[in-house]
Amino acid sequence: MHDIAAAFATSFGLILTLDQGLVEIVLRSLQVSLLAVGAAAIVGLPLGAAVALLRFPGRRAVAILLSSLMGLPPVVVGLIVYLLLSRAGPLGVLGLLFTPSAMVAAQFVLVTPIVAALARQVVEDLWAEYEEQLRSLGAGPRRAIATLLWDGRFSLMTALLAGFGRASAEVGAVMIVGGNIDHVTRVMTTAIALETSKGDLALALGLGLILIALSLLVNGAAFVVRDLARSGA
Amino acid sequence: MTIAPASILPLRLDGVCYDAGGKRLVDGVSLAFAAGPRTLILGPNGAGKSLLLRLAHGLLAPTAGLVLWQGPDARNAGRHQAMVFQRPVMLRRSAAANIDYALRLRGVPRDSRRPRVEEALERAGLERFAGTPARALSIGEQQRLALARAWATLPQVLFLDEPTASLDPAATWAVEGIIDAIHRAGTKIVMTTHDLAQARRLADDIVFLNHGRVVEQGTAERFFASPRTPEAAAFIAGTLRW
Repeated sequence: MHDIAAAFATSFGLILTLDQGLVEIVLRSLQVSLLAVGAAAIVGLPLGAAVALLRFPGRRAVAILLSSLMGLPPVVVGLIVYLLLSRAGPLGVLGLLFTPSAMVAAQFVLVTPIVAALARQVVEDLWAEYEEQLRSLGAGPRRAIATLLWDGRFSLMTALLAGFGRASAEVGAVMIVGGNIDHVTRVMTTAIALETSKGDLALALGLGLILIALSLLVNGAAFVVRDLARSGA
Repeated sequence: MTIAPASILPLRLDGVCYDAGGKRLVDGVSLAFAAGPRTLILGPNGAGKSLLLRLAHGLLAPTAGLVLWQGPDARNAGRHQAMVFQRPVMLRRSAAANIDYALRLRGVPRDSRRPRVEEALERAGLERFAGTPARALSIGEQQRLALARAWATLPQVLFLDEPTASLDPAATWAVEGIIDAIHRAGTKIVMTTHDLAQARRLADDIVFLNHGRVVEQGTAERFFASPRTPEAAAFIAGTLRW
């Protein structure tokens, strides 16, 4: 009990003094996850909207697949990305394995289905309301998709926040493709796992507290966004 | 000086049918709409009025029959018509941006859009709401904005699907005023209603629809003075049964 209390005290100290090692890990985590979510937004939002609007053979199967992929196990994603990026893999020439870029790629694979599946639902609901009006105004599919993504921006922001939550909290994928290399690919979750196994609870707890704070921040932001949407903006 | 585009009218519906759920909802409708007089499609709930309007506007494809734009500019019929729905659909942006959006879709250059947006808002009495989120407006104001948005595109034909069905008398009066102004500016009005008083106020021509069929058509004056069918007479008397 005393050890735990001491660990908490030390961890608060690390946070309050902005410990260099801790700050470095937090910034890298944010950089990796934000880049992954950004890339997932660029691909996932139009993909989800296209599946919602366009009628093509197998559309339902694609929608089901996107929803199913929301629950991809991070370690499996890590393994697949590892195989792709490893020296013998098809993308081995890029030399990305054990770099932050590989971690971004793995999180991108994890987050894109979440963003796309949630975007599909949001856009489909909006399309039910807007279809006749947009068609009457003369909007083609491309214009309609752009309009629906803009008009659904608050709900879609929630989808992106959900994606960010998933990316920042996962450990399996980034551990496998990043290798948890100090000062290179160490992020909050991999550092927590390592420091806990080493018995250095203070740093692990400090990072854990920041991770929880981030999670609360993300959920708080989701509430604010929802309120904004309800206010009719 | 701007040159008025060639007309897309007349519009001819030839034996138009529409089926859904194994039922024939619009049954062999043949009609012609010429430029000029306001045509009101009148009938009880479930008569097929809204479906007919959507078929004419091209939002639905007929199961059988033809919808033909026969004017010299028929090729561009889509660009020269607009529709306002019973429940206004406002984009999640300001009132002015809603009108600007419609103009952008019609390919109106940026420089010309601003004055047209301002003019449309002014015509609808909404200039003070230009920057207000459209969805924050009352339903009556939203419907006026929907009319302003349609009007801004300078349609040759404006389809109106029971535009006052969910409005109070004051808002209805305002909307009818705008419809009248659009008509006087030269736009052909094709409007559905089940409201007899409104039809008497607005109609030049009447198409009376029941159970998906055209029962009677003619000038409003003749229709209300001496309906030719028992169904029309019963509807005017308020005794038409389903």
